[in-house]
Amino acid sequence: MLENGKIIQNNNIAEDIYELKLETDLAYKAKAGQFINIEIPGFFLRRPLSIAMIDGPILTIIYKVVGQGTAALKDIKAGTLSLLGPLGNGFPLLDEARVLIIGGGIGLPPLYELARQYLKKGSEVTVVAGFQTSSQLILEDEFKALGVKLYIATDDGSYGYHGNVLALIDHYKISDDFVLACGPLPMLRAIDKRYERGYYSLEQRMACGVGACMGCVCKGKDGKAYRVCKDGPVFPLGKVEL
Amino acid sequence: MDISINLPGLHLKNPIIPASGCFGFGREYAEYFDLSLLGGIAIKSATLNERYGNEGIRIAECPSGMLNSIGLQNKGVKAIIENELPFLKNYDTEIIANVAGASEEEYLAVIEALNDEDVIKAFELNISCPNVKHGGLALGTTASLAYAVTEKAKKISKKPVYVKLSPNVTDIVEIALACEKAQADGLVLINTLLGMRINLRTGKPLLGNITGGLSGPCIKPIALRMVYQVAQRVNIPIIGVGGIESAEDVLEFLNAGASAVEVGAANFRDPLICPKIIADLPKVLEKYGYKSLNEAIGRSFK
Repeated sequence: MLENGKIIQNNNIAEDIYELKLETDLAYKAKAGQFINIEIPGFFLRRPLSIAMIDGPILTIIYKVVGQGTAALKDIKAGTLSLLGPLGNGFPLLDEARVLIIGGGIGLPPLYELARQYLKKGSEVTVVAGFQTSSQLILEDEFKALGVKLYIATDDGSYGYHGNVLALIDHYKISDDFVLACGPLPMLRAIDKRYERGYYSLEQRMACGVGACMGCVCKGKDGKAYRVCKDGPVFPLGKVEL
Repeated sequence: MDISINLPGLHLKNPIIPASGCFGFGREYAEYFDLSLLGGIAIKSATLNERYGNEGIRIAECPSGMLNSIGLQNKGVKAIIENELPFLKNYDTEIIANVAGASEEEYLAVIEALNDEDVIKAFELNISCPNVKHGGLALGTTASLAYAVTEKAKKISKKPVYVKLSPNVTDIVEIALACEKAQADGLVLINTLLGMRINLRTGKPLLGNITGGLSGPCIKPIALRMVYQVAQRVNIPIIGVGGIESAEDVLEFLNAGASAVEVGAANFRDPLICPKIIADLPKVLEKYGYKSLNEAIGRSFK
């Protein structure tokens, strides 16, 4: 779907991190782990941004300013934005009694809606969230309000456990073996190595976002090419070369 | 207003054709609109064997455009015949097969493989892809090599052959004339321009393949200039490509001497851009006083 979404709010919530709420019919079709491709006036390519929350007609996008496009986006406080989506496959909702959600930095937002969906299914949800430093902390209150077991780690020890998410998991002896993850590549590589069951969501530069241009492909362990936008962004653990 | 146009092998109900590499084999965009609305489709390049394409980052944005270094990723001509052409038979639109290769022999082998596929109405010889090490650009930047591959393609092809030219040359007219002399049925101008970007965090080239092909509205003035120069020197039709985003852009290309156009990177921003342009084109032609599409072609020098 291609439509204009109305900006409800676009606020700074942590260092370089913004929460954008959009009113759009796309919300009714969206699933946890999907993304939308947002046109930012003045920029040629759309920006693929993951969906953090789906509430009736409201989509919440939590994004980090990493370049000129997102820097321009943060200053658009009202009006409409052209939205293409929802795109990608999203996370599967499987019958798992216990799920371990692992998010790193700006990879955490799509896992919020996913946690909600798994709680709704009756799964017991544990969330491990890692950040570089406390100024980049997001979604702590929101996850707590959901009633999940929440663990937080920071690389510099400025908040929560001092270390990375896997060290935290060892430290607290979290033994769940079905994982759902999103975050930086080194984190996903480590998860891919340690766990056998679960899914992770990848990020990639994209042009079309719909599977036509082959700009965002990654290589599968079977040697085949997979489009992050269309075949992903969510892949089973072990599927692709990270 | 009737905006249909007949070119060798192609009966286009309108002059709008999504450009090769920017539209896959139509499947993804068929989710957004009826592909039968299109004049034609230039499908993703076919090589003889499967190609993964280039490693690393393949896409970079730049002001008014983008760079790509996909590297002719495709599943090979056999898989395309088996898996993609049957789908395209469902639509009433003219299919142009973009043919690529790492050697003259490979181009010819791909043409032979596709020669008896009825759904393909014409070939587009891609001697201008900047993202492969062999073939591609090398053949398209030397007049004698462009002549040789076009002549051989024409000899074995059962369908009209259009040659897609590279703008990365000193004199595009010289290459165009060589292709015409080799009996090309038409020309497609232009492929992408060679460019690059640097990642400031590393100080290194941003794209995995170091360089990429520049496309988007930033190349439109260059494409127009080349169409204008070539159209005055050849007697075969030209399909114009480069940064087209609107019916006004199409009219500029027609005025410059193109008989039809291909729309590339604009599909990425707006999957509905082609049907929008098709709907707008009669109104725009009318606005500027044209009674037919033909009247607009080559107006700039006639």
